[in-house]
Amino acid sequence: MKFDKNKYRIYAKQHAGRSPLAKNCLFAFLIGGGICAAGELLYALFSGPLRCEEKESGLWVSVTLIFLSALFTGLGIFDRIAKHAGAGTLVPITGFANAVASPAIDAKSEGFVLGVGAKMFTVAGPVLLYGTAAGAVWGLICWILSRGRI
Amino acid sequence: MKRRILYPGTPPVILGCATVGGRREKEGPFGALFDLTDKTDRFRKKTWETAEAEMQRLALCKALEKTGKSAMEIDALFAGDLINQCAASVFGLVNVPAPFFGIFGACSTLTEGLTLASLALENPGVSLTAVVTSSHNCSAERQFRSPLEYGGQRPPTSQWTVTGAGAYLLSGRAEEGCCARVTALLPGIAVDSGLTDSSNMGAAMAPAAADTFLSYFAESGERPEDYDLIVTGDLGAEGSSLFLEFLAENGCPNVKNHEDCGALIYDRKRADVHSGGSGCGCAGTMLANRYLPLLLRGEKRRILFAATGALMNAASVQQGLSIPGIAHLVRLESPENGKEKI
Amino acid sequence: MTLFFAICKAFLVGGLLCVIAQILIDETAMTPARILTLYVVSGVALGALGVYEKLVDFAGRGATVPLTGFGYAIAKGVKEAVAESGFSGIFTGALTAAAGGTCAAMLFSLAAAALFSSKPK
Repeated sequence: MKFDKNKYRIYAKQHAGRSPLAKNCLFAFLIGGGICAAGELLYALFSGPLRCEEKESGLWVSVTLIFLSALFTGLGIFDRIAKHAGAGTLVPITGFANAVASPAIDAKSEGFVLGVGAKMFTVAGPVLLYGTAAGAVWGLICWILSRGRI
Repeated sequence: MKRRILYPGTPPVILGCATVGGRREKEGPFGALFDLTDKTDRFRKKTWETAEAEMQRLALCKALEKTGKSAMEIDALFAGDLINQCAASVFGLVNVPAPFFGIFGACSTLTEGLTLASLALENPGVSLTAVVTSSHNCSAERQFRSPLEYGGQRPPTSQWTVTGAGAYLLSGRAEEGCCARVTALLPGIAVDSGLTDSSNMGAAMAPAAADTFLSYFAESGERPEDYDLIVTGDLGAEGSSLFLEFLAENGCPNVKNHEDCGALIYDRKRADVHSGGSGCGCAGTMLANRYLPLLLRGEKRRILFAATGALMNAASVQQGLSIPGIAHLVRLESPENGKEKI
Repeated sequence: MTLFFAICKAFLVGGLLCVIAQILIDETAMTPARILTLYVVSGVALGALGVYEKLVDFAGRGATVPLTGFGYAIAKGVKEAVAESGFSGIFTGALTAAAGGTCAAMLFSLAAAALFSSKPK
């Protein structure tokens, strides 16, 4: 059979059905926006009736959303929402929490040290690593700009 | 041209078979035909890997029970799955007192096994061989893609790994009661598809499937319409359409009698499986649930059946290597006396 | 009424940040893990340039809840740490700023692993 894999690579990509972009974007917008709106409501709750300081309120918003994500992941609901929400659940802090919780739950069968412990960051590891690395680069720039005060 | 078709001296017969499946598979169009299913997909085991192993064990036990054979009589047992180092086959069949061969052909494992089991029967010392294959959605997903509870979206070309196991017993003695005869074999050649997208495996396997079928037709001088059905393993809707385009471009236009196990195993409108099913358990259960009964009842007399495999692993995909495909073909014919029971 | 507007702004900006990611997922072959990494690094960069601060002032949680906000918090934390303790701030700033979210994710995930098992799909 005559077969040119370079041509085929291009053809197969054209042939493949595309994801429904408009629908996916709408769901991502509504659900992602909804999560952020819920965050704003929580923020108002923490900074208002619960009398937290500004910085602390922000932290509690994150902690609450992370808790709910981990819970929904454990209950097996998160992936069913994410199937429709796409980036709507991925981009908010919920996506980070799910990326930590899901390998942890999955790796339970290999035990709590080599499984849960070692595999917890198989998905979210890059986020922490490159976030921290980018932060350190920025720190170095800040330090140079402050004329190297030690 | 190198001759690739192998004709067994005495065509081996498939004596009997058994299938085990999960919840989604039971809800599919052929769900009622599984010998055993478990709606929890766990088969009373703690891990997905041991659940898959248990499915292999159950499938083989059931096939032995249905044919009235004992494991002691098996001269060679060929088994494979998708888990690293064929773990499901090893741990599922570890207590079976039969010579064991672990095989890997990704989703083509079924026909790889049938080919080897048929060739083994050419040896006068071998009279009964067995093939067992399985895949489990949860063990495969966890190993190849992402954790089960990870929230992601799957593109339309993605396929759903079948939770299923099939066991087949083959005998070299043609006179025994059987469901089909294996009259020709065409072992596949791995074809590098050039594709790197692991969520479009149907497209990655289509060139290999086309190569196998076209080689068969070129060498035998036959055409697709000389058969009641030409069946591929798990190209899915996406791969099937590319496969038929390859056939059309190479002198076999308008093939009307093609079926794909992956495209048929689920009700694709309802089951949210995108392009269809895949995995060793896809062709592994569909042969027994759909095609052998058609041959046994005499509704179809001659079928070309090729399970298809995408030969990659998680690391090769991450390293950006393109995905080679493979398809091993077996020609199945109805037993001359089609009235005997499985 | 200010709360209502704050929620609307959070919804709008947060939603749009998600839409950008969705387009990247569907139109390029980027995997979700790459998107998350891109977002957090972009957050650090935009935070460093002082652009993200303005978005946070406008949209509140619409800017801090998405992962770019995580990057922004790191950039802000590092800057403060370097201003306060000099060179050592380069090493302590990022993880100190990320500590709350990371620790929460670790603890709740550990609890989830202890309490739940993965389910067949």
